[in-house]
Amino acid sequence: MTSPLLEVKNLRVEFPSRHGSLLALDDISFTIAPGEILGVVGESGAGKSLTGAAIIGLLDPPGRVAGGEIRFEGRRIDNLPYEEMRKLRGRHIGAIFQDPLTSLNPLYTVGRQLTETIRTHLPLNAAQARERAIGLLQETGISAAAERIDQYPHQFSGGMRQRVVIALALAANPKLIVADEPTTALDVSVQAQIISLLKRLCKEHGAAVMLVTHDMGVIAETCDRVAVMYAGRLAEIGPVQAVIHQPAHPYTVGLMGAIPAMDEDRERLLQIDGAMPRLTAIPPGCAFNPRCPRVMDRCRVERPELLEAGATRAACWLHDASITL
Amino acid sequence: MSTLVEVRDLAKGFDVSVPWSNRVIERRPRQWVHAVDGVSFSIERGKTLALVGESGCGKSTVARLLVGLHDPSAGEVLFDGQNIASTLAGPQALALRRRMQMIFQDPYASLNPRWKVRNIVGEPLTEHGLVRNDAELKDRVVELLHLVGLVPADMEKFAHQFSGGQRQRVSIARALATQPEFLVCDEPTSALDVSVQAQVLNIMKDLQRSRGLTYLFISHNLAVVRHVSDQVGVMYLGRVVELADKASLFAKPRHPYTRMLLDAIPDIAMSGRARTPVQGEVPNPLSPPSGCSFHPRCPYANERCRQERPALLEIQGVRIACHAVEEGRL
Amino acid sequence: MSGGALARFFGGDVWYSFRRSPLAMASAVVALFCVVCAAFANWVAPHNPTDLAMLELADSLLPPAWLPEGKTKYLFGTDAQGRDILSALMYGTRISLAVGIASVLVSMLVGVTLGLVAGFIGGRTDAFIMRVCDVMLSFPAILVALLVDGMGRALFPQAHDTLAFAVLIVAISLTGWVQYARTVRGSTLVERNKEYVQAARVIGVTPLRIMRRHVLPNALGPVTVLATIQVASAIIIEATLSFLGVGMPVTSPSLGTLIRVGNDFLLSGEWWITVFPGTVLVMVALSVNLLGDWLRDAVNPRLR
Repeated sequence: MTSPLLEVKNLRVEFPSRHGSLLALDDISFTIAPGEILGVVGESGAGKSLTGAAIIGLLDPPGRVAGGEIRFEGRRIDNLPYEEMRKLRGRHIGAIFQDPLTSLNPLYTVGRQLTETIRTHLPLNAAQARERAIGLLQETGISAAAERIDQYPHQFSGGMRQRVVIALALAANPKLIVADEPTTALDVSVQAQIISLLKRLCKEHGAAVMLVTHDMGVIAETCDRVAVMYAGRLAEIGPVQAVIHQPAHPYTVGLMGAIPAMDEDRERLLQIDGAMPRLTAIPPGCAFNPRCPRVMDRCRVERPELLEAGATRAACWLHDASITL
Repeated sequence: MSTLVEVRDLAKGFDVSVPWSNRVIERRPRQWVHAVDGVSFSIERGKTLALVGESGCGKSTVARLLVGLHDPSAGEVLFDGQNIASTLAGPQALALRRRMQMIFQDPYASLNPRWKVRNIVGEPLTEHGLVRNDAELKDRVVELLHLVGLVPADMEKFAHQFSGGQRQRVSIARALATQPEFLVCDEPTSALDVSVQAQVLNIMKDLQRSRGLTYLFISHNLAVVRHVSDQVGVMYLGRVVELADKASLFAKPRHPYTRMLLDAIPDIAMSGRARTPVQGEVPNPLSPPSGCSFHPRCPYANERCRQERPALLEIQGVRIACHAVEEGRL
Repeated sequence: MSGGALARFFGGDVWYSFRRSPLAMASAVVALFCVVCAAFANWVAPHNPTDLAMLELADSLLPPAWLPEGKTKYLFGTDAQGRDILSALMYGTRISLAVGIASVLVSMLVGVTLGLVAGFIGGRTDAFIMRVCDVMLSFPAILVALLVDGMGRALFPQAHDTLAFAVLIVAISLTGWVQYARTVRGSTLVERNKEYVQAARVIGVTPLRIMRRHVLPNALGPVTVLATIQVASAIIIEATLSFLGVGMPVTSPSLGTLIRVGNDFLLSGEWWITVFPGTVLVMVALSVNLLGDWLRDAVNPRLR
């Protein structure tokens, strides 16, 4: 068992505000192996983007890591000073964000942004960096890369821009890429191109990916494992096919049932009544208990840890093996 | 079944030219975006037609044309036999508006942030004179809120006190206030989470069944479309490329663009299947390709496709605008 | 109804931000103090400077009370006619504030209406109104005010003193409305395309009603901030005009007039006649400006 590339242990992120301290992430733990693609899925407010931000070290103040640790290649990174984190970011951890429009600086050519990133992290001279940049653009499927490298972001279409952003993320050959909703702002046909590109390139470069998204379909196509988040906590984590086809946590079951599928006709979609609790109003015990169709008394009082549940691990008392039913 | 809505050769162009002074100084011509470029379809009473397509295909513009938010540049929209453009300009406008309403995409922008829910939902009632006094208004609003699964206490709240899904329910309640026959839904669940989307879609289906509503449902999400629609129209750059009943479209898509779309959707159940490679992106609507606007991306394009715009023809029970299908090449 | 609104205000972020900003609270206290003194000058002021019968020439040019020759009766000293400076200050502040607030109200009325119309109707109406704005902006406010004032004098030579107030307000609002028009036009353009306005159109609400009930309340946000800051600048413009001699006359002096009058005595050592009005002018303008600054930051959702 190789040591994990990224290890997140009992991570807690809070936002101090005038209403008191809001706990946005509550005791999140997972690992990412080298070269693995982990999906982090959840609805809005579940905390998936925050997890990505905490790992890259780009939490918006006043948010801060309030507990637990994040280890990259065995080394703690959540408490690094700004300079150290900056060197780590880009060189070892790359990032792809949702909006290709704002991810690129409109004032500089694409080539300039690429070479700048390359030269910041790798000991190459200008000519070598430019060659590497052209190579990267070609890899991401941008034709006539040698000419387009000197164009400005506004001269690229949305999908092309996202390819440039992927090239930027891969520029310094990072070991981990954190991608936050990379295809949500794109058209469906472009989406398909981008996710297959991402998958292929990451396998080729040997980079692990943490893919944050709300789209379960994208997860199904790209990821090896998936973590399902709910109200700032981890509900279930496991291999992608297992989580999708044999979900163990009632929330995951509800989520899968609510997604309209392409292969069958259903009169009604499975509905989870109610809504995800706001961070200020998380119920005691299991956060999902008010909406759970299989709630037990224990769920209202005791918060469950991640328990073994078949092929996955779910934070649900239904899978407490120590209780004989 | 009778036809409630009929659209014939509908077209809408937007003038996106630079200001007059720039045009004179820089010698630039006027520029038009043909957002909707000759669209025809009809919707039967009690049924749902879904219009599907990617950005720039004109589906949202069609939605707005159908409720009279835009005036068509060409063609006509007939509602229950009447031309809506001329009716809305005349004295019968309010009566027509009562019969058709719209639900919008953005739950955060579709409710006035400064109004209480009772006023938001009650506005159509007061505008159309459907209630005589405040007490009646209150009763009707409570009824409408109940229909969408909200409680009477929600009447006194403001929009920002609700979640996205609840706001969409308020929008639905408002749209139902005048007891319309026809609802145009512009991507009503695109901005919602999956579980919330399920709730809203279920409500919409229940309401359709109980009230015999007719829907025009706009979406870019084919899975949702499959769930709600009876008939599906696929649009590309302002034109309808395929129009078929749901079963035919999903079981046997004919137009190359439809096939490409269906192939491209990342799907849970069908992951790992072989796919035809997808090329290119939606072209700039300001300078659409000649002939068939899909030809640059189409693996079956020939010379005729580059020159001649295909007409929407009825082939084997579905309507397709494709030379390759017409010629039997596909 | 308003009880609920008050409760919401005091529980809200704006009030919270106010309580945490010492500068905002200090400015508010100062501004409030000035406003109260000015508004209730009749009762608060120790003397009535406008009542010519009450003046004692023997008491003229007395220095402030804490200096050797001063009298406690006249806290800040007196001017050449024996008018108590402190009382003159209060009455003067009242006039300055009245001119400032009135001109802002007029500017707001004209500017908001034109901005709404321009943004909502669009097309040529919009282009026309915006060009008028551009033209107005190319004139410096003082020059326009001088022009209007000159015209006023020429048209009504006898009634000048009584009409000075109205003429001043017209002069200041003639350039002041432009900012409101542009701001409101911008907000209107944004709100007009929002779906709740489209929903109202689909319901069949008439355009006028939509403008009034939907767009206007939502477009007014930046206007309150602008108005607060403009009150300060209106007061200063008025003071400038009065200082130049084309503003309020000596018979009902504003702060600017007082400064002008006192200017003549500055070099002969009677500094208090000009310095105190000057200080009060700065205090009022500064506190209102700071309040406006705080308000702008407090209601900006991105800065919270």
